[in-house]
Formats: sequence, C-alpha cells, structure tokens
Amino acid sequence: MSITGQSAGEVLRPPPPAHGWPRQRILGYALVSLWILAFIGLVAYLASAWKPDMFWKYAPSYVSGVGVTLKLVGLSVAIGAVLSVPIAYARTSRNPFIAALAYAYVYFFRGTPLLAQAFLIYYGFGSFRAQLEAIGLWFFFRDAFNCALFAFSLNTAAYQAEILRGAIASVPKGQWEGANSLGLPRLVTLRKVILPQALIVALRPYGNEVILMIKGSAIVAIITVYDLMGVTRLVYSRTFDFQSYLWAAIIYLLIVETLRHAVEWIEKRITRHLKR
Amino acid sequence: MQSVWTLLSWGPEGWLDEIAYGVFITVSLALATLPLGLLIGFLIALAKQSQERSLRLAADIYTTIFRGLPELLTLFLVFYGAQIGIQQVVRFFSPGSSVEVNSFVSGMIALGVVFSSYASEVFLSAFRAIPQGQYEGGYAIGLSRFQTMRLVVVPQLIRIALPGLANLWLILLKDTSLVSAIGLTDILRQAGVAARVSKQAFLFFGLATLIYLGLAILSSIGIGLIERRVGRQEVER
Repeated sequence: MSITGQSAGEVLRPPPPAHGWPRQRILGYALVSLWILAFIGLVAYLASAWKPDMFWKYAPSYVSGVGVTLKLVGLSVAIGAVLSVPIAYARTSRNPFIAALAYAYVYFFRGTPLLAQAFLIYYGFGSFRAQLEAIGLWFFFRDAFNCALFAFSLNTAAYQAEILRGAIASVPKGQWEGANSLGLPRLVTLRKVILPQALIVALRPYGNEVILMIKGSAIVAIITVYDLMGVTRLVYSRTFDFQSYLWAAIIYLLIVETLRHAVEWIEKRITRHLKR
Repeated sequence: MQSVWTLLSWGPEGWLDEIAYGVFITVSLALATLPLGLLIGFLIALAKQSQERSLRLAADIYTTIFRGLPELLTLFLVFYGAQIGIQQVVRFFSPGSSVEVNSFVSGMIALGVVFSSYASEVFLSAFRAIPQGQYEGGYAIGLSRFQTMRLVVVPQLIRIALPGLANLWLILLKDTSLVSAIGLTDILRQAGVAARVSKQAFLFFGLATLIYLGLAILSSIGIGLIERRVGRQEVER
C-alpha cells in the first residue's frame, strides 16, 4: 500500500537513465575502448605481419583444415544422432539391467575428457593390433582420423541421447494419452505428435552440442589429424609466426558465430506459432 | 614384458607414483582455476546486468570471444602469446635475456577465462531470479550497495547458481586434460609417458580415463553434500 501520496503510475515508472558520467559509464566506456584498442591492435599486427608468400603457401592448408574439421564434426554428429536413439530408448527402458547399462555408457562418456577418450582409442587400441588384424578392423583404427571419428561419435551419442531423452520427457503425458485415445499407433504418435514438440525443445541443446563438438574437435590436432587446429600447429612449427594462431582463432570464431546465429534464426522461425 | 601389477605398483618399477603426481597436478590446477573463474565470472555477470549499455557491450564481447574459441586454442594463445609478449617487454629492458612462461599459470589463466565466460551466464540467470525488492529492502534498512550485495543478494545468488556452477566444475575438471598439450605433467601426460615406456597404451590410458571418472564421481558426491547443506539452510530460514 502506498501511503506517500504518489499515484501508482508514478511509482511504477522505470527510473530515468542516469545523466552525465556516473562511475559505471566511465568504466564501461573504458572497457569498450580497451576492446576497440585490442581489435585495432590485432588488425594492425596482422597487417604488419602480412606476408603474401606465406599466405599463398599456407592458405590452401587452412582451407583443407577447415574442411577436415567440418567433415569430422558433421560425420560424428550424424553418426551420434543415429546411435543416440537406441541409447535414449534404453535409458527409459523398464528393464533395470538395460537402463543401468545405458546410464553407465552415458555417465562414462560424459564424465571423462574427450581427449582421454581419443587417446584411449588411438593409442590404446594399438595394444590390440593382432586381435584387430585378425577380425579385419585394423585398417580402420590405423588411421588417426577414423579413431577421432569413432571417439567423437561415441562421445556425442551419449550427449545427444540425454538431449533426446530430456526433450521427449518434456512433452506432457497428456499428449501420449490424447493420441492413444484417437487410436494412433505408438510409432505414429512419436513421429507426428511427440517429436515435433520435442524437437523445438531440443533445438537449442542440439545447436550447443554441435558448437561444443566444433570446439572440442580442436583436440584431434594432438593425435596428428590435420584439422584446422592441426594445420595451425603445423604452420606455427614451420614459421614460428604467432599470426598462424590468430588466423585460426578468427576462423573458429566465424564458424561458431555463424552456427549460433543460424540456430537462433531456425528457433525463431519454428516457434512462430507459439508467439503471441 | 612386466606384469600388469608391477607396472601399476608404487616405486621405481611401477608407474603409480608418477600417475598419483599427475592426479595432484590436475586437481590443484582445477582448484586454483575455480576461484579465479568464479571471481571474473561474477564481475562479468555484474557488468551484464548493469543499466549501462557500454558495460553490457564490453561484457558481451568477452563472453562471445571466449565461448566461441576452442579451449585448446585459448590455451595456446595464452601460452605462446604470453611467452612472446613478455619476451618483448623483457627484451626492451634487458636485451638478450629470455623468459619461460609457467605452463601451470598459463593453464590457470586460459581455463579460468573460459570458465568465467560460462559462469557469467549462470550468475546472470541467477541474478534475474532475485526480485528487485531484495535490493530495495536492503537499501531501505540502510545498507550500502556493497553491503546489500554481500549480505542480501550473494547468499541467495549462490543457492540459485549452485547447480549450474557444479556442472561447470565437472566441465573444468575434464578441460584440465588439455594442459598436457603444453607440457604440464597432469594425469594424461603421465599416463602417456608410462604408455610409451611400457608399451601398454590401453592399460595406462584406460587407467587415466577411470581416474577422471573417479574424480567426477567424487565431485558429484561432494556437490550433493554441499547442495544438501545449502538446502537445509533454506529450510531453517
């Protein structure tokens, strides 16, 4: 209850923006100009360190590095998406043994570093060379790219299974019951009723997962795959020119920001019917 | 070929003492990074929820950059960049001398910066969950801005932000494995050395993976205890 005599309209009005130079504004302008200075410094450094022969020599490797990164992430996210369906299904299974097995799988891949998983597969599987040769799989695990693909697919499958499970669980139970009362089979219910609603919830986590995979894929450089990071390390070891890392940073930022905005655009587009 | 148990024993024959040292490095790096990341993250969150547009812009640039860069690249940028930068400064004062940048400190800064940009989002959403009336109540009983923040807002903020921060701690623990790439003797690097010498790669990398899993489980138990304590305070109020 207001007893100050002011009307409610006056009380609820937001405070007017501060005039002049309060402390926050000084700090804010100082920090923004620091960023601008850093940006100008970066451009100036890259311009001063510009070597045309180095650019033409290494630009093709950077392009192929980006290609390897995108191929690795694209393939492993696709394979992971396929693998995640049975895992998510097993996670919600009524059989406690199957549910525990799926939980252990997800916990293992989410609880350990991707780098350790990649090492375990790339170096560790080398210990079983004889056995792998016997069953004819050695040709696959001999190649670092395949090992990275294998590790990444298993890893992202665990994360995607959790996203899928969470999204399907977020659809109210009444939707299942409603479809059931209309006589729809379970699979049709899943495809036509549940998934369209679940995927709206899942879009943002899926986008984040792809971004995390792009960032995470930089570690394959350590197991000798020449992705964007691997190429960068190679160029740095040949030229000792720090700008090789700065170019990689710019390219990674461009890729990630493009993806982030694309996901935002898609989300805006597919939730149009929910806007009022 | 030595037996598995000899390899996994403590002492000059086995590798357990080396790997235990790696665990010590990993855990101390994560523990050293945590307060740094929390502090920067909190300040960034303060800037992001400020009324001042320029402050918000500066904070947004920070998070956009450090959430968009791969952690490994951030680590290299800090490690080599700091090396070159400090070298230039030192050369300016005493030509001919060279400095070595500590890989532990580089790892701490790089991981702390990445942690803070994620933590700022967690803090920001926690800030938004605290009603404006809490601030006004603090000011009304005569507390200063700083006191209101410390005595009224932060205790509630921590409770709301705890699950998100716990998640970030688990991510941080996993990200420490990257410092093996700049030569810090963490779990993964020690396991790699053991694997190369003993030619038992699967054994040692498997062991390293299981240690990380053990650390994650231990953390989950610890986080559960903290959450229960914080939850009990809530009930007592």
